[in-house]
Amino acid sequence: MRETVELHKKQGVGRAGGVRLLPAGLGIRERTIASAVLLTGIFLFILIGGSLVTDDMLRVDLTNIFAPPGGSHLFGTDWVGRDMLLRTLAGLSLSIKIGVLCSVFSNIVAVVLGILGPTLGGKVDALVSWLIDLVLSVPHAIVIILISLACGGGMKGIVVGVTLTHWTSLTRVIRAEVLQIKEAEYTKISEKLGKNSFYIAKEHILPHVLPQLVVGTVLIFPHAILHEASITFLGFGLPPHEPAIGVILAESMQYLTSGSWWLAFFPGASLILVSMLVDRVGKNIETLISPATAYKGI
Amino acid sequence: MKDEEYLLKVENLGVSFSQYTQGLKKTRLQVITDLCVELRAGEILAVVGSSGSGKSLLAHAVLGILPENAEETGSIFFEGRKLSQRDKEALRGKEIALIPQSVNFLDPLQKVGDQILSGTGGTSGPGQKRRRRTEQAEALLARYGLEPGVARYFPHQLSGGMARKVLLQTALAADCRAIIADEPTPGLDPDSLAEVLRDFRAAAAEGRGILMITHDINAALQIADRIAIFYAGTTFEIAASSDFAGDGAALRHPYTRALLQALPDRGFTPIPGSQPLPGELPEGCLFCGRCPQQTEECAGRRPMFRDLRGGKVRCIHAT
Amino acid sequence: MNGSMGNNGLGKFLAGRLFKLITLLVAVSLITFILMKLSPIDPVTAYVGADSRVGAEQRELIAQQWGLDRPPAEQFLSWFSSLLSGDWGQSIIYRRPVLSVIGEKFLASLAVMAAAWALSGVIGFSLGVLSGVKEGKLTDKLIRGYCHVLISTPTFWLGILFVMVFAVWLGWFPVALSVPIGVLAEDVTMMDKLSHLVLPVLTLSVINIAGICMHTREKTVEVLRSDYVLFAKARGENRRQIVRSHVLRNVSLPAITLQFLSFSELFGGAVFVEQVFSYPGLGQAAVQAGLRGDVPLLMGITIISLLFVYTGNTAADLLYRAVDPRIRERYAR
Repeated sequence: MRETVELHKKQGVGRAGGVRLLPAGLGIRERTIASAVLLTGIFLFILIGGSLVTDDMLRVDLTNIFAPPGGSHLFGTDWVGRDMLLRTLAGLSLSIKIGVLCSVFSNIVAVVLGILGPTLGGKVDALVSWLIDLVLSVPHAIVIILISLACGGGMKGIVVGVTLTHWTSLTRVIRAEVLQIKEAEYTKISEKLGKNSFYIAKEHILPHVLPQLVVGTVLIFPHAILHEASITFLGFGLPPHEPAIGVILAESMQYLTSGSWWLAFFPGASLILVSMLVDRVGKNIETLISPATAYKGI
Repeated sequence: MKDEEYLLKVENLGVSFSQYTQGLKKTRLQVITDLCVELRAGEILAVVGSSGSGKSLLAHAVLGILPENAEETGSIFFEGRKLSQRDKEALRGKEIALIPQSVNFLDPLQKVGDQILSGTGGTSGPGQKRRRRTEQAEALLARYGLEPGVARYFPHQLSGGMARKVLLQTALAADCRAIIADEPTPGLDPDSLAEVLRDFRAAAAEGRGILMITHDINAALQIADRIAIFYAGTTFEIAASSDFAGDGAALRHPYTRALLQALPDRGFTPIPGSQPLPGELPEGCLFCGRCPQQTEECAGRRPMFRDLRGGKVRCIHAT
Repeated sequence: MNGSMGNNGLGKFLAGRLFKLITLLVAVSLITFILMKLSPIDPVTAYVGADSRVGAEQRELIAQQWGLDRPPAEQFLSWFSSLLSGDWGQSIIYRRPVLSVIGEKFLASLAVMAAAWALSGVIGFSLGVLSGVKEGKLTDKLIRGYCHVLISTPTFWLGILFVMVFAVWLGWFPVALSVPIGVLAEDVTMMDKLSHLVLPVLTLSVINIAGICMHTREKTVEVLRSDYVLFAKARGENRRQIVRSHVLRNVSLPAITLQFLSFSELFGGAVFVEQVFSYPGLGQAAVQAGLRGDVPLLMGITIISLLFVYTGNTAADLLYRAVDPRIRERYAR
């Protein structure tokens, strides 16, 4: 019966597939690559477009305050007449920059601990596991608040705080992978040939964990930008003069009762879209490089 | 023999799977081709084939539990009636039972007694009814030499031999007419094996038909009345167990004879080559490429399954 | 968290958990203390506020009284030892003992968290099973789409959305505050309290459904593809019976375990929900303490949140041991 079940499972993998942005007829690899490129394009557009928003473009226009979404202001205007679309773009761009920083830093922490733990083994590995438990023992929000306070708030506080709370899952993945490779035959041979741990890590382990690393880093990003916005919203992240989404949303709270729904709706919804977009890119890359799904159809 | 005299009859069964290969190309993977087998009441018929060749799909097709992406052709008859998917759903667990390969086919979190009786109409109900059912399960277990307490065990608490018996109970509880046992022998010590085979014989003696799917030709020879030889998704021959006696001169198909000669106590001569994989089947006879009697005609088209000397064979050269 | 410990006996298991809790408690206390020392917060300024009448001499006196002139290591030891003796210090903003503030706020938060926990658990589990049973169908796609959006939705933004829709637009619920302004505490009716609970609970539930739902869906699909469900079908069980006696049985334990493991997200979510709805719970107290430099209260809340999360983790482990026959049996023998 085993073989039938296997066939069934393979089919299941096929069906669980991803989003179809492109017409059928292309191979799954082509489609995945194309959608990854497309999504990355949107991502870069927001990043660059948002960076180009200058203070001049966001000047106060008191003749046009609280304008609801419409032709000249797609996302409406705020209480001093600034265009919410431009503010949102600028905010998203800032979020993306912080998100990238946090993902990369988390990645570095994860690589170092995830490889060091199992390679050195024993006490070091136990320490890494304990550190993971330690970070997970207190809710992220509280940890980031504490770290942000310690850093005196601002960009630095947010980046350090988010980084130090987001390395755990990737570290676990890498650690498991490294443990598996360590048990593999070729690694053992290398060990017997007298190669040191560093050599083994560099030659055998790094190339194998690289795919997981790429996917893991991309998938940290959505969490990072959501946490950044959330903590900024509470008042511990970016200062009020920055064009951050969290700042915009905190401001919007004052105008909720007056019915200016667009102040909160569009910036938040845009943030969710960016986060989902990156998540999709990460999943697509995962499909591409994971041997289990790479050649299966969608 | 007329159709009605067979308990279960499988005629030209074909099972294929749709699969996606690279890109969006959909391919059909033919795993079973033109399989024919008949089971009579009171007999044990063994379907023998090598591991992983898709034999289990025969059982799944009869019970209507093939996965969704499978396509089934051919006909299956039960007591002379051609079965639709609905018929199969109505019959399974009541008239036709399956004995699966291992204890992994039992729900790890459900008590053994409940699973034995599950096919006979649910296990929940008011206390009175439930108690009666428990007694029923215990009685069944006792009949095959297991303590009544086993009904309250969880599957992981069973030993290999016990698990086998429990799986057999699931089939006997419902008083099924036909039982399909999928690989019932591997992993058993000789004592447990003998006991399981004895239980099978006893069940057959009560008028049931038992279809035993196995890769173990020795076990098949020990217990079965007739043996069907399964190769690359089809049946090459159906022969009485007695035909396998001696050097197998009574056998009909070259593969069956080769199989016999490959046994440790009959010469131990292996057959060169290997079975073709689904998707790489030859145009003509499926034994092409490995057959010592192969002629040009064999490669042209697939031979019919025909009656010969009280058995059946799928070979144009057989006499 | 489990796995590394042996299985010979509940006592040993609990002892192991206790030991680990102690190491985490000490580490978290120490790290929190260091972080607070690193921060530019000056406890004395936080205490006296912007009151310019308090002179430098008086400030020094307060600092001396609090032991702020002593070396940091000594300060930590004295704080930690009084922590153990049950004296968690004075909250600067509430001007009351930290423990009494936490006790009161924690009860308020617990009401929100418990309701959201139960609600999201039941709804998430049901949706997950439904989605898994209907794998590939429209129902499944809708539920999965819903979960994917929610996983990317910040809790506070959903809260804002609910305020806009239910409180401002529809006017069904009060916009903020647990107790209406101008009403004496004793005049607050049960209905008032409840109506202030609804939106926070709803927000937190809707957010937390996603995780449990996706997890349950995966497990359901896994069970439906298992050999034992195949065999159950072969025994003549119909879809209903299979879902009732196999899917629910095999999926509910991992789901309940996951719910216990989600105490951390629950607490984190409560921080944001309470902030958006001005709900006077522990989360809001944490934010206020952070913003206004109430170091003793913030440190106290950190430790409470650790205990809360750890309780959930331990409960999950215990539950697995109590319910799963495969594990239960191992130490009954």
